[in-house]
Amino acid sequence: MTNSNENFLKELHHPDVPVPEGMQSAVAVTSFGKLIDSIYNWGRRNSIWPMAFGLACCAIEMIATASSRFDQARFGMEVLRASPRQADLMIVSGTVTKKMVVPIVRLYNQMAEPKYVLAMGACAIGGGPFKEGYNVVSGIDKYIPVDVYVPGCPPTPQALLHGLIMMQKKIDGQSFGNRNSMPWYGRGPSEEVPVPVLGPDIVDPRQAYLLRREAAAAISAAEAETASGEADSGV
Amino acid sequence: MYGSGIVRGLGVTLKHFVNTYLEDIRWGFRRHVPDEAFPLRQGLETRGIFTVEYPDEKIATPERFRFIPFLVVDNYDHPERPGHDWCTSCGICAKACPPQCIWIVRGTNPETGRPVPEPAEFYIDIDICMNCGFCAEFCPFDAIKMDHDYELASYDRTSAHIFNKQRLSKEFRYWQSIAPTRAAEEAQARGGWEHKDVLKQREKEARAQAKASESGS
Amino acid sequence: MTEHVQVAETVTPLEDAINRLEARFAGAVRRDDREGYSGVIVDPGKLVEVATFVRDTLGFSYLSSATAVDYLGKSEGDHLEMVYHTYNLQGGPALVLKTQTPRGEATLPSLVGVWPGANFQEREAWDLMGIRFAGHPNLKRILMWEGFHGHPLRKDWREAYYEQDTKPFDSRWPEGHVSRAEEHNPYGKNVTYPAGFTLDDYESQAEKALYEDVPMGVHVTDMATDRVVVSMGPQHPSTHGVFRMVVALDGETIVALEPVMGYLHRNHEKIGERNTFLHNMPFTDRLDYFCSMSNNLGYAVAVEKLLALGKRWDPPTYRAEAIRVLMVELTRILNHLVAIGFLLNDLGAYFTPLMYAIIERELILDFFEAVSGSRMMCNYMRFGGVAYDLPERIQSTAALVNDRVRDFDTMHYLRALINDRLPRAIDQTNDLLTTNEIITNRCIGVGVLTREDAIAYSAAGPVLRASGVPYDVRRAEPYSIYPDLEFDVAVRYHGDIYDRYLIRLDEMRQSIRILKQVLPILEETRGQPFFAGRGGQYNPRIPAGEAYGRAENPKGELGYYVVSDGGQNPWRYHVRSPSFINLTALEQMCKGHKVADVVGILGSIDIVLGEVDR
Repeated sequence: MTNSNENFLKELHHPDVPVPEGMQSAVAVTSFGKLIDSIYNWGRRNSIWPMAFGLACCAIEMIATASSRFDQARFGMEVLRASPRQADLMIVSGTVTKKMVVPIVRLYNQMAEPKYVLAMGACAIGGGPFKEGYNVVSGIDKYIPVDVYVPGCPPTPQALLHGLIMMQKKIDGQSFGNRNSMPWYGRGPSEEVPVPVLGPDIVDPRQAYLLRREAAAAISAAEAETASGEADSGV
Repeated sequence: MYGSGIVRGLGVTLKHFVNTYLEDIRWGFRRHVPDEAFPLRQGLETRGIFTVEYPDEKIATPERFRFIPFLVVDNYDHPERPGHDWCTSCGICAKACPPQCIWIVRGTNPETGRPVPEPAEFYIDIDICMNCGFCAEFCPFDAIKMDHDYELASYDRTSAHIFNKQRLSKEFRYWQSIAPTRAAEEAQARGGWEHKDVLKQREKEARAQAKASESGS
Repeated sequence: MTEHVQVAETVTPLEDAINRLEARFAGAVRRDDREGYSGVIVDPGKLVEVATFVRDTLGFSYLSSATAVDYLGKSEGDHLEMVYHTYNLQGGPALVLKTQTPRGEATLPSLVGVWPGANFQEREAWDLMGIRFAGHPNLKRILMWEGFHGHPLRKDWREAYYEQDTKPFDSRWPEGHVSRAEEHNPYGKNVTYPAGFTLDDYESQAEKALYEDVPMGVHVTDMATDRVVVSMGPQHPSTHGVFRMVVALDGETIVALEPVMGYLHRNHEKIGERNTFLHNMPFTDRLDYFCSMSNNLGYAVAVEKLLALGKRWDPPTYRAEAIRVLMVELTRILNHLVAIGFLLNDLGAYFTPLMYAIIERELILDFFEAVSGSRMMCNYMRFGGVAYDLPERIQSTAALVNDRVRDFDTMHYLRALINDRLPRAIDQTNDLLTTNEIITNRCIGVGVLTREDAIAYSAAGPVLRASGVPYDVRRAEPYSIYPDLEFDVAVRYHGDIYDRYLIRLDEMRQSIRILKQVLPILEETRGQPFFAGRGGQYNPRIPAGEAYGRAENPKGELGYYVVSDGGQNPWRYHVRSPSFINLTALEQMCKGHKVADVVGILGSIDIVLGEVDR
């Protein structure tokens, strides 16, 4: 018993041996990189500035979360910024309409990296009860990447706080070692999300190829129909 | 007089500030005030700070609170039908649902192909659900209820946000724990703690037995 | 003698007005004799003349609502019908004017010249129903963008995620294999395009149309400044949501202003016509999301009017009505407190007054949550009563870890709330703000709406009453148990921001007065039924006909125009939202003021975008 324990400790001090899974939570720093990560993430995690950006009903619950009873300030999130340049987190709180998604994408592009998006409420996640409507976007994640989803209609302030804590956990998991989790330290400027166009319906420029294909298909279908129609009348 | 408005405003703020510390002194600077003080701080007598320290303390939800629905099943240690659905797949909840977020596949007997009173599949798309509570209100079998668990945030919606029958099912015991008064009222209306059908069945059996014993004597 | 009295009783002022109208415009005006309908059908050619006569001679000077109905496939023949509800400001029921036009080339004369308040409503009818209004000064789409294909509220227009004409959908039960609507759409999004559309050489009209004809109204001469057009919103810290104003400025002075909306247009009416009658109840919560209880009541009043057309109908019980009034008046206090907080936010006090308002709001919401189950989206009223009775105790149970349990006696809580807590909160607001120099300097004399303008622009609620018109639906066309209750209609006479602020304080005090009278009623009726007739029906039979139910919401007169064809779903479901129509007068209030005042003026109207755009 004591022997195995000693072995275990020896293993633990050995730099090449990874920390066993069950022990990782008890050991704060396992490498220099992790130390940098944890300091960096600690700072970012505790000073997320959300954008004061209300869309619909959920925005009221967001304000309630920011006010004295639920008090986001306890998480370092008290500064609701109206300008996207000063914000880290976009809380998409409410129904996203086709008319509104254009400014939202623009605002998202204007935010400085690292930036995060939290979809609050059923509408922002997937269109919610208004999903079937002609002017409603069925989920903001169809246009911009979303980090945390908070379901509910509307989520209570405590549910939103739970989502924000999830957001903090997500930030905690990011690491310099893993470029995929921090793409903003890659070379060159980050890619902007193309702004949708208000055409006969909302158009996502990323789907231009699909549109062309569908249009061609529609035209050929129409041609086939007229051809068959002519054939029918000929008979 | 200029400035009086500002002074008065600051006075209001000061009053709240002082009241906060008075309350703290009263409860001996304990970080989370004891239970008996909680209704005072979260009730009408609150004067000073009003904050609920969310992850460490949570406001309990009232009995009628509604979030995403769940399906009631018999307790898993039920002697006769452990984990049996209360739902009979009658489809009333799917019809009463305003945004139409409930999908039900009616169960069929594999041998005869005839419908049986239990759902084969039951889905709720929580990205559409508007937490209105109609499904629970109009369910004639007390089989679908509104859950109190609001901590559902996730990193991924494609896999996690369509709740299937397994994810939706919760023991009857859970319903009793989150809404004791209403569970008791409903049980009284049904005539017992069991599902309506079980009670009916038992009644029938009892009657048959009584008849048998009558005819036997 | 007795005969004389009977005659006096049978000819109501409304009947008299219709008789005079028929006599004056013989041939052009006929009574609407469809079953369950009321009012008169006017020949489109004579519409302006008739409207002027109705306004000036008959005294129905207030246009409450103007909306269109699509009677596609109904027995009267396919036509679009425009419905105008006009009211006498002395009180009483509506004189309903209707006019019909064929669906193909739908054109009607515009009534903006008679009632400027019809401006936005006619634009909405053009946008969603495709009726052209000859003579309208600015006939552009209002909720959708310029260039959108089709007119969505027409019955034959179908959206991308269209599944079926009416709910409940057949795909849900008994073979309800789950699928997302995205999977059925080639783009995976809620979109459809006209056949053959590509993006290759497409130029969007949406923004261009907006800026091209911003009118440059007032001329400012005292300083040589450039005219600039500024877009405020939709993301702006003070626009109360996603509201946008395109403002033409001369220096800092506003010369023209055009509200741009539709950024929260959630297709409430289109979805509402697919829903069953009851399905719409939780959707109304999301109109004015501060006041879901009052929205519920308005809709219940409208559908109960329809139900009353039928043979068997039990009106709501007295206890149900008392509970409704309790909820609605609490909502009014909640809304006005928060509205004042937001107004101060706009005036530069940032969040401070709002924080104090939100404390009281939370206490009221605790009560709503315990009674109805949800903080904001109460979904509490039903046709014929309310969903649940008040609980004995406002009690919370603990199911999660670390839950802190609260337990109050309901009536005790209410008494303490109404007699003590809320009056003190109102007094605190009053002490804190009313005489504050910043507020008096920035509010008095700013954003004036005169009495005549307020009526002409169909302003409603506190905006109308702050301009000196004592018109309150609770008194003018009483519903629920308001006739039994004692309260005064608050009225102020200057029509500026300050009066609109003060009138909210007055109304809160009146609400407290009402609530104090409701409390003993609740005590007396304890244990009585809270629902009339049979409960537990999810698809009540609604007789065919039309009804316009209205309620005095905190933001103004909320009206629901519901047309039933006897089926499960409303044929037409229109919401006359106070915020939307109050905005018609925004330009009038803002012209000539500085750009910084716009924000305050907008805050004093107290709009909420869920209701503006619907």
